[in-house]
Amino acid sequence: MDINVAQLFQTINLNVIMPEVILSVLGMALLLVNVFVPSKSKGYLAWLSLIGIIGAGFVAVTGWGTTVSSFNDSVVQDNFAIFFKMIFLLAAGLAVLISDQYMSREDCNHGELYPIILFTTVGMMLMAAATDLMTIFLGLELMSISLYVLAGFNRDSIKSNEAGMKYFLLGAFSTGFLLYGMALIYGVTGTTRIAKIASLVVQVGGAGNTMLLIGMFLMLTGFLFKIAAAPFHMWTPDVYEGAPTPMTAFMSAGPKAAGFATMLRLLLVVFPAMKAEWSDLLWILAVLTMTVGNFTALRQDNIKRMLAYSSIAHAGYCLVGFASGTATGTSGILFYMLSYTFMNIGAFAVIVLIGKKGEPNGTVMDYAGLGHKRPLLALAMTVFMFSLAGMPPTAGFIGKFYLFSGAVEAGYIWLAIIGVLNSAASVYYYLRVIVFMYFKPGEEEFDWFTISAPVALALVVSAAGSLIPGVIPSLLLQFAQQAVKLI
Amino acid sequence: MDISSVFFALVTVVAIVSALMVVTCKNPINSALSLVLTFFCLATYYAMLNAPFMAAVQIIVYAGAIMVLIVFTIMLLNIRVDANKKGSHQVALGSVMGIVTLLLTGLILTRGKVSQPVGGITSDMINKLGHTELIGKVMFTDFLLPFEVTSILLLVAIVGAVILAKRKLS
Repeated sequence: MDINVAQLFQTINLNVIMPEVILSVLGMALLLVNVFVPSKSKGYLAWLSLIGIIGAGFVAVTGWGTTVSSFNDSVVQDNFAIFFKMIFLLAAGLAVLISDQYMSREDCNHGELYPIILFTTVGMMLMAAATDLMTIFLGLELMSISLYVLAGFNRDSIKSNEAGMKYFLLGAFSTGFLLYGMALIYGVTGTTRIAKIASLVVQVGGAGNTMLLIGMFLMLTGFLFKIAAAPFHMWTPDVYEGAPTPMTAFMSAGPKAAGFATMLRLLLVVFPAMKAEWSDLLWILAVLTMTVGNFTALRQDNIKRMLAYSSIAHAGYCLVGFASGTATGTSGILFYMLSYTFMNIGAFAVIVLIGKKGEPNGTVMDYAGLGHKRPLLALAMTVFMFSLAGMPPTAGFIGKFYLFSGAVEAGYIWLAIIGVLNSAASVYYYLRVIVFMYFKPGEEEFDWFTISAPVALALVVSAAGSLIPGVIPSLLLQFAQQAVKLI
Repeated sequence: MDISSVFFALVTVVAIVSALMVVTCKNPINSALSLVLTFFCLATYYAMLNAPFMAAVQIIVYAGAIMVLIVFTIMLLNIRVDANKKGSHQVALGSVMGIVTLLLTGLILTRGKVSQPVGGITSDMINKLGHTELIGKVMFTDFLLPFEVTSILLLVAIVGAVILAKRKLS
């Protein structure tokens, strides 16, 4: 095994990882800029990050329609990866926009926030593009470790400390499962490249090979933890409640999509031969996740906790599409993850605005009277709530429609029915916010909080993103279908 | 019974006893030192499996660096003997996890099918090139990208540790 340097460099195509390179370099540069530019306000770092994120987005889009692999098949640039990279960049961009106002208010406006958001995004993008177990693992670790820091970023808040600590301990535990599974699969097949594993699955006996089967399930456990599916959802409410609100927004959209991206690539590329096994498991988990998420959310007064349970329920809806394994269901996941990013971060942007220092007012009751005092903001929140509840004509409705019709196509009629019933139950707690905003009188002394320009921009983008795909879904859906075709 | 099986049995007994001591010792320093012994036993396994590099890394990183860190933490936090009373639920949870892991391992060993060595890296290759050299070559060819990503991972870990632990930020 002699190294031929010329041959080695032929396998490296830096264009494939160019978005990751841009964000990594920008992140490192911003760390330095933060030290050498003495400025109390860190808003300029947010704008610089945003420029980098948009730039990375443009670079990523140019590869649409092509499939190029690089680094000796460690990483690939295909439609699937690009679609997910767009979701991550969008989540990062929106999170960056809503961060400055919140962090200034909470007195934890440290410039390191933005580089860490960028590094998280790099990790997620590597997960979606990885075609090698080692790359998947390192992408996941890069994402997770950055997220632990982001969750505990508000050092003076005990809740934020608790969130960071809890997420770290449980996250490290789940990583153990993932790594155990990867080790078993490597033991059976002798390779970490997923294309090679895929070609060996049937040869080594498929589901009849217990080691392979256990390896697959252990890996799934690791990812199910990241997407907050029941019964691995215990960490979600505490972490989402304790973490700084913009970071909650970010971690409810980005990492969830990254977990789905890797799960989709693994199960659909590597283990299609074992579909009977994983499909049944995901069926049960989808029902469990939806039901646990929705019925616990019904009882929540704290709006961040409510959205945490709602995010568990949304992972359940996506698992419905996953269990079906049909093109409609899987492209539905892509569509849904993108729309979910818009509507969920939008809702959290409103929470950022309503909140006061230390967040004493995090309950649904604090939204009383908002419809009269801040009609436009209340309207935006209504759009997000309707979209999360899955009412037409929002993106949430179309997304759920495709997820459930995927299940019907695959013959899982009951799964679709349970999904629709769950969706109906969820309307209660989303509408409750709207009822408080419009039909309950607010307190006499209304705090006229300011809406800074970046947050306003984030709200407009999120509202547009929650509405437009609902009215004209065909274009976005076409992209989603092209993306799942190529994996 | 040949000499290597006897040696294996010996190391295994030491490994299990020292691992049990990690969780049963009342004094945290004793626990930590038992952990060192467990790590040495693991290193011995790697050496017996013809993986000298892994054995060396196991000793340098785990028995060396990580253990120093743990012992330092114990000393700095001034954890007193018996301060960490192990609750009954902790014992129950640990036992359940242990049994599950044991069952899993049993299932893999009895039902898993690994009839012959698989993969591109054969023992012939390892014998010819040397274990350490082979790892180096693979790391800078097949796994170049993950290797580079590790550097960003470490950067994030360092920056994150500073943010979360530094006494006063500007």
